[in-house]
Amino acid sequence: MARAFALALIGAALLAPVLTKPVLGKAAETPQRVVSMNLCTDQLAMMIAAPGQLVSVSFLAQDPSSSVLHEEAQAYHANHGLAEEIFLLKPDMVIAGTYTTRVTIAMLRRLGIPVVEVAQANNFADISDRISQMGKILGREIEAEALRLQFEQDLKQLNQTASDQYSDTRYRAALYYANSYTAGEGTLAHSVLKVAGLSNIASELGFKGGSHLPLEVLLMQAPDLVVEGQRYEAPAMANDVLDHPALVRAKADAAGSSKVADSQWVCGTPHILAAVRNLIEALPESPGPSHAKPGAQ
Amino acid sequence: MRLPYPALIALLSSLTAILFVISLVTGPASIGFVDSLQALFTDSNDAAALVMQEIRLPRAILALVIGASLGLSGAVLQGYLQNSLAEPNLIGVSSCAALGAVIALYSGLAAWFPLALPIIALLGALTGVLLILGLAGQGGGSLTIILAGVAISAMAGALTSLALNLSSNPFAAIEIVHWLLGSLADRSMEHVYIATPFMVVGWLMLLRLGRALDALTLGEETAANLGINIGRLRLVAVIGTACAVGAATSIAGAIGFIGLVVPHLLRPLVQALPSRLLPASAIGGAAMLLAADIAVRVIAPDRDLKLGVLTALVGAPFFLWLILRQRRQLI
Repeated sequence: MARAFALALIGAALLAPVLTKPVLGKAAETPQRVVSMNLCTDQLAMMIAAPGQLVSVSFLAQDPSSSVLHEEAQAYHANHGLAEEIFLLKPDMVIAGTYTTRVTIAMLRRLGIPVVEVAQANNFADISDRISQMGKILGREIEAEALRLQFEQDLKQLNQTASDQYSDTRYRAALYYANSYTAGEGTLAHSVLKVAGLSNIASELGFKGGSHLPLEVLLMQAPDLVVEGQRYEAPAMANDVLDHPALVRAKADAAGSSKVADSQWVCGTPHILAAVRNLIEALPESPGPSHAKPGAQ
Repeated sequence: MRLPYPALIALLSSLTAILFVISLVTGPASIGFVDSLQALFTDSNDAAALVMQEIRLPRAILALVIGASLGLSGAVLQGYLQNSLAEPNLIGVSSCAALGAVIALYSGLAAWFPLALPIIALLGALTGVLLILGLAGQGGGSLTIILAGVAISAMAGALTSLALNLSSNPFAAIEIVHWLLGSLADRSMEHVYIATPFMVVGWLMLLRLGRALDALTLGEETAANLGINIGRLRLVAVIGTACAVGAATSIAGAIGFIGLVVPHLLRPLVQALPSRLLPASAIGGAAMLLAADIAVRVIAPDRDLKLGVLTALVGAPFFLWLILRQRRQLI
């Protein structure tokens, strides 16, 4: 019994490369069955792929709290990033993020499936890049080019709106997430603040990337705008800091406050411009002189 | 050299007062010493006042009352169980309280009714004390107490981890560390208001046990002959410990070793008299937790180092020394 099982295993191992060979041969041409396994590549692929070209996106793409395109994503098969389920979808191209499990990617490559990794976008120039890259991967350069041009045009317009709205004073904003996390220079969230014409107190303090911002330090900076991250419905102490009476009092004194929908901020897609728009709307148009903080740049 | 008892209490109190002030002026926001103390008493709404009144003050108050609760319950448990290894954390009372707090907090009950947090933690602590009494009994050997304590802690810790892992909030699983090691970061005045009354009730019950515990050192029978109602002593000790440890743990998680180390350090200074050890341990516990909470902020200002890490660094070697000494005495 055990021997028969062992033989079956060996047989399967020998057969596998033979079965996948023809799939590998086709990869150089335009892929016909594409599987995306990262929330951000999911959304870019959905915007660019030809009808029927994309067969599966990650389950996160269907989650309204993470994905802008969660309704569109319902039309696709949802994967959970497991090598086995992706292999069974018989893709001729897999798109992964750079944070996708290395083991899974290695396994898929061993099985003969081509995997491209798309790095996450950390600023707005990256977003343009990723759109073009996705076009190349899917063989849809023309569509991608149109999307990129539209994005860059909208961005320019928003930049103009932001600088028209508050030209004399530079508002200072604090990004504040669960567990006292903030985002400094080199993050997409920081770029969103910059495009909206806001100064990020985390970068004024010299923070780079995601980092811990003690509530005390935030309060001493007295930001004009506190931009809060999205919360999960289930309770956790991580959120306590966002409800801290000191922060509540500080927000009451600030010129504006804004809640952030993670879905808009988390991925470098053209939908991030909605986040910029929300920020510009969160602040009054002509700030009084009292809001010009001494530390503002 | 013999330190008179009032002098010892005065010394411990002034140490605690000094540590309280140091705790108030320690923090990542750099506010000068004088400025920060002034900001504590102003009515203005500026940032420094906000930091001092809403962040630093509750933190220092909580360290004070929670440390006192742990020191005092440690002294009472050691006296009542007549076992020098009895300590709320080691015998699993803190872990049971933490389990109660986790149930109250992550089920959403505490958001709807804030007092549910200390009350359910108190019930957890009560279960812990009753379990240890049932398993090891009064005057039970060190080995039974420790084995029962390990079993209860492991069980409550596992259930805490399970509850947090099952939460649909991804942050909940990270917070296992808070409940197992304890922290006072970013607590607010609200926490002071909901938990302190329970701790004060616990203190009032436990501090009155001094004379009864004095008598108990002569043996249970002698104590009974001296007019001590042993049944009542047990009831007050159990409920008082549950109030103090339950409320303390519901705010700061399970902080170890304070209830063990403090009574041991102070026992020789009070001639091993429980009635004197209890108040001294309460003040000493407050001082030790204040010191630990200052140290976590000085050692790692930009990350939330847990209190249990520091108390264990001091407490664990002490615990080993205690075991070695006890073994020597047995031989």
